[in-house]
Amino acid sequence: MVPQADPLNVMIAGVGGQGNLLASRLIGTMLVAKGFKVTIGETLGATQRGGAVHSFLRISKKKNYSPQFPGGSAHIIIGLEPVEALRNMGPHGSPETVAVVNVRPIKPIGVMSGNLDYPEIEDLKQVLKEITKRVFFIDATEKALELGKPVFTNMVMIGGLVGLGVLPLDINDFQTAFVGLTKGSDLELNLEAFQYGEGVVRQQSSLE
Amino acid sequence: MIPCCRVFYLRQNKRGQVKVSFLIEEETGKEILVSDNEAIVRGALEALVRFAAAYPGSPSSEILGLLGRLASDVGVYAEWSVNEKVAMEAAAAAAMAGLRSLTAMKQNGLNVASDFLLNVNLTGVTAGFVVVVCDDPGAISSGNEQDPRWFARMGQIPLFEPSGHQELKEMVKWAFEISELIGGPVLIRSSTRTSHAQGNIKLGELPGLTNGSLEWRRSFVTMPVGSSHRKLLDKLREVRELVEKYSFDRYEGPDSPELIVVTCGTGYLYADEAVELLGLRDRVGIYKVATTNPIPLKLSTEVFKKTNRFLVIEEVDPFLEEGVKSLAAELSSKIGVKEFYGKATGHIPSVGELNTDIVIEALKGLLDVEYSPRSQDYVGRVEKYVADFVPARDVTFCPGCPHRATFWALQKAKLMDGRNAVICGDIGCYSLGVLPAGYQTLQTLHCMGSGAGLANGLGKLGQFGFDTPVLAVTGDSTFYHSVIPALVNAVHNEANFILIILDNGVTAMTGAQPHPGSNTNAMEQEAPVVDMVKVCEAVGAPVKVTDPFNLGDTTRIVYEMMQIPKGVRVIVARQACALYKQKGMEFTRYKMHVDLDKCIGKECGCDVFCVRNFKCPGLVFNKKLGKVQIDEALCSGCGVCAQICSRGAIIRGVG
Repeated sequence: MVPQADPLNVMIAGVGGQGNLLASRLIGTMLVAKGFKVTIGETLGATQRGGAVHSFLRISKKKNYSPQFPGGSAHIIIGLEPVEALRNMGPHGSPETVAVVNVRPIKPIGVMSGNLDYPEIEDLKQVLKEITKRVFFIDATEKALELGKPVFTNMVMIGGLVGLGVLPLDINDFQTAFVGLTKGSDLELNLEAFQYGEGVVRQQSSLE
Repeated sequence: MIPCCRVFYLRQNKRGQVKVSFLIEEETGKEILVSDNEAIVRGALEALVRFAAAYPGSPSSEILGLLGRLASDVGVYAEWSVNEKVAMEAAAAAAMAGLRSLTAMKQNGLNVASDFLLNVNLTGVTAGFVVVVCDDPGAISSGNEQDPRWFARMGQIPLFEPSGHQELKEMVKWAFEISELIGGPVLIRSSTRTSHAQGNIKLGELPGLTNGSLEWRRSFVTMPVGSSHRKLLDKLREVRELVEKYSFDRYEGPDSPELIVVTCGTGYLYADEAVELLGLRDRVGIYKVATTNPIPLKLSTEVFKKTNRFLVIEEVDPFLEEGVKSLAAELSSKIGVKEFYGKATGHIPSVGELNTDIVIEALKGLLDVEYSPRSQDYVGRVEKYVADFVPARDVTFCPGCPHRATFWALQKAKLMDGRNAVICGDIGCYSLGVLPAGYQTLQTLHCMGSGAGLANGLGKLGQFGFDTPVLAVTGDSTFYHSVIPALVNAVHNEANFILIILDNGVTAMTGAQPHPGSNTNAMEQEAPVVDMVKVCEAVGAPVKVTDPFNLGDTTRIVYEMMQIPKGVRVIVARQACALYKQKGMEFTRYKMHVDLDKCIGKECGCDVFCVRNFKCPGLVFNKKLGKVQIDEALCSGCGVCAQICSRGAIIRGVG
């Protein structure tokens, strides 16, 4: 379903504060431990304060690629927020792109103040289905809230990426990276979040 | 809506969620994933750096932040200095005394430090002294786009521009050696796409600390200038010979290519990928220049002989481009006439950051090759969907940010005064005051400290009939950085303006680094506080302190100060940053809610004044209800919005 490309280009698209950086760091750490060359490019800076944030992951067996994708070359887009998934399909997507998308919107300030419109989630889903090769929707924020904290959202989405089966990773790799990189607080809950995301994508794949 | 930089902050924070120790605890020889700023730190530690000083600025801030937090483990001294010039001077002094030292700053920071840089190049130092400048092509987190590399040419200082994570670490190490060999500073240029990228590095050995006492061996004076300058030029010639022995500068590609891409830094990564994607490996060579000042002579001569067409790819100014063109002119009798493409010819844009697509376009034009990864039909459809469905995501102040409240009060006082006061801006989170998020309050925005500087001039225009009130805002960290001299000037020259210090206790924009007003330092030790109120009073400026969360008081104080006709006056608007809590700055957190009976939404004559104008992400207009609601996940409970609803519908409950 997902091309076994080298480099494999994975984008994580979201909003400042969603844990984009930690997610890309965890994925990268898991892969480097498996012998991959991983380059991650991020947009930080002024975009932090409520702005859109995206990470480019370039995963290769050969070398470290540049920290941005060439146009239209995202193989996988992990949307931590649905509109951000669509926004990044613009420059980076192609009919071959596979997307894993959290369905919970974070509305921009222009929408909250009534000056802009946020699309209906059903319309957004329809568009994403049309322009991607395959899209998986996960209620990641709902699951995270059920686990007690919205910050688990990104862990659900990492599980979703692993659930695609294109990277040689499993929950043990996730646990090792998580414990190595962080102080390991809420380990059980983070593992449960990961497992949930992985399960949702696995299940949706099997329905094909 | 917590900024993602917080993750970086936490990773650096021993008390935080994510560890810092991985950078020094993993085994030598292991390959790990690090950010490039971490690679710079690791490279410096492998080179036995002992002293580091910096002032924060994106994308450089993590370097000193990390060194500070590792300081006690690795025997380093690290400080957040008051500004970049003092940081560079402190670091240079350590190098004069015999310790390897490092300073790091963003491109604007090098402007601040440049006066000293263009003198210490003449005096030299004893131990390795490396200046890392992290450039921000495309101004992703800057107020300007400029190329700091000209300082290297201006000061005849060696400049290295590594490509890729491993090379960055190795070149930092090498820079210390070169610096020590020539006895002078060496510059390393990073960029946003370098410093804030991550990738594999292989860990080198961390040498153990050696014992030995420092001694002051000689004087470091620029005079006699003629002889110092001559010596400096000799050193640069020496470096030109030295760099030829290493493979950081190299040619990759066929012996007689149709075209050679000359590139450095991030440009190499984009160029390499573009050549690969276009299938041009056997037609195009790449000349990767890692030492862009001085450009290697022998290797360049060989490369020039391989072909007649050259495309130069680099970020911001045509620095390397002009360098190689000038070298080709010098060598013309040996190499013949060459053609150069780049920024001068419009093949590469002169504004904004680069990417692989830009290089692909340039190569397509020059070599007549095709490349289209997506069909026009698909691109058209996707772009239409994005235009139709995707709302802009403007940056804004965090919920509970005291700056929003201060700007609200400033606008109100300005309206009450009615004389169309001019409000000068400065550099920090509050620079968002130029945007709708800050009610477009700020009418000037330049560099650190320039708001108060401009107010000095505007505040002296009364004799020319300019009787508009003048205000300048500054952050707390910016106040210490460069506003104090402007304030001294204002008192002595009797400039007529109000200085408003937005004191949120930290250098918030760059990730909550401490400043001289903080009670901790870069190494997380307790530190003496320099009281800004006492500083202002000692200089001779009257000061009033206000809490911006109290809109009424703050507005009144600003208005009253605007009615004083003469002299400089200071208002300290003091309230903690909403993201980075600090001891002694806690505020009452209210449990906010909207009384739906009182809120009449759009029916209100105010047309949902609160959400439309106040623009706090915690206040949301619910279309279905036709009323305003509090987003409890975002609301920080500052209670400011309760003060702006004319119907009293926003309620401050006890938290």
